[in-house]
Amino acid sequence: MSDLNNLYRQVIMDHYKNPRNKGLVGDANYKKFHVKNPSCGDDITVQTKVADGTIQDVKHDGTGCSICCSSASVMSETLMGKKVTEAEDIIDNYYNMIKGKEYDEDLDMGDAIVYSGVANFPARVKCATVAWQAAEESLKNE
Amino acid sequence: MYKKDFPVLNKGITYLDSGASSLKPSIVMEAMNDYYNNYGVNVHRGVYEISHIATEMYEAARERVAGFINADTEEVVFTRGASSSLNIVASSYGLANVNEGDEIILSELEHHSHLLPWQNVAKVKKAKLVYIPLTKEGRITVDNFKSVLSDKTKVVALTYVSNVMGYVSPLDEIINIAHQNEIVVSVDAAQAAPHKKIDVKKLDCDFLSFSAHKMCGPTGVGVLYGKKELLNSMDPIEFGGDMNDDVGLYDATFKDAPYKFETGTMPIAEVIGFKTAVEYLESIGMDEIQRHEKTLRDYAVEKMLKIDGVKVYNKDSETGILAFNIENVHPHDAASVFDKNGVCLRAGHHCAQPLVNWLGEVATLRASFYIYNTKEDVDKFIESVIEARDFFGQF
Ligand SMILES: Cc1ncc(COP(=O)(O)O)c(C=O)c1O
Repeated sequence: MSDLNNLYRQVIMDHYKNPRNKGLVGDANYKKFHVKNPSCGDDITVQTKVADGTIQDVKHDGTGCSICCSSASVMSETLMGKKVTEAEDIIDNYYNMIKGKEYDEDLDMGDAIVYSGVANFPARVKCATVAWQAAEESLKNE
Repeated sequence: MYKKDFPVLNKGITYLDSGASSLKPSIVMEAMNDYYNNYGVNVHRGVYEISHIATEMYEAARERVAGFINADTEEVVFTRGASSSLNIVASSYGLANVNEGDEIILSELEHHSHLLPWQNVAKVKKAKLVYIPLTKEGRITVDNFKSVLSDKTKVVALTYVSNVMGYVSPLDEIINIAHQNEIVVSVDAAQAAPHKKIDVKKLDCDFLSFSAHKMCGPTGVGVLYGKKELLNSMDPIEFGGDMNDDVGLYDATFKDAPYKFETGTMPIAEVIGFKTAVEYLESIGMDEIQRHEKTLRDYAVEKMLKIDGVKVYNKDSETGILAFNIENVHPHDAASVFDKNGVCLRAGHHCAQPLVNWLGEVATLRASFYIYNTKEDVDKFIESVIEARDFFGQF
């Protein structure tokens, strides 16, 4: 597979064109965090609802390139229903994978695994992590 | 033909991001190494031979750079770069001379480095920023400038060449009109100095700022040109070693310009490398550089206009900047196709968010051409444009 096909997998483009869990809700039970990458205009807000240490719901909204927007959608599906501690492990593992560092290939990350190709495009690391950073912050202190 | 002078091009890349920073010819690095290897000591301070040589080389660079823009030697202040120069103008001249209710004329074409220093002046002094309306194409015109000129205008701060669109602003006439109204004009020449002949006496601007690194020179050094009377009337914004005459416990006197604006140890090697860069450009000739860029640009635009699904924002621009997008493809997605093919260009808002907003986009792609680029580079670029369009078109 060429680098480009490896970066832009069908799954990614599908989440880009048909994002899941998109749109924010006006519900005080959600925590919200906004992350912006001013150099390219990626701008993502993530909302998370946690009860009993488990993530009940994840919402996202924003604008950006396909890597950024699709990863928000994939992140929301991946983290939904997980325990906060599990989510933290997944987030760390995801960062390691994106940055080309060693990561646990056996950890269940759902579709997030398809972003492994980003490691070959260091300039795109930021795009692939914006939504995850927003989720990480939103889950803090839960 | 000039490719061989630029070692980075040995990597086989197609470099189309000279608008962000140009590559440097090996003679510039050699001049800097020569300083470090043979007389790498401080200037204006030592009383021994090699310090004297360093001082002479440093001052010779000032003379050479002054000649490059037809300024007097003492009108050239070395700074950290264009951003730093533009900040000195705003923070020294601006804060001292702009008062409550005064107006500062800018344009939406301004780089953040020319916009934010004046935003600060306007906030601190309760002055007003006034923007020249741009034409449909995105240009500044003399008529539109006149339409915002008022008896409250104190300063005009404009870019000479837009870093997004490549348009040359009609500064001759604007400066003329400004001066008839006793208004001071600060010119951002960061994108002009690398590409066209500048004569500050003919242009008659009050301040002119540019960076070495966009014109084959080193990073970390730039120029603030200011008219002698103006520079001498201004207060330094940084205080310290070297810029003073007499220092007491409670008071000090300062040197005349340019020295009062150059405190601390300056980037000496870079200043010396800058001189070599200017000599390199002049050996080719600024007119030849401009002609070469224009030829490449016209060649690129002609090809771009034939490609379906590509939007060119500045097809009639006079300098080597091509602003475009591929329809339905986010610039950062397209950028990865260029990256994979070794084509280096810029994607984003180019430190000119107001202009990119004006275009109605979140970001654009920018290819910029310089002396070392060739038609083969353009061909490679065009292939990547088509590849990006087709690749993302399949989803
Ligand atoms: C028009 C313009 N002004 C100012 C600057 C700032 O230059 P520097 O980053 O060298 O200070 C740039 C560089 O991007 C520019 O293009």
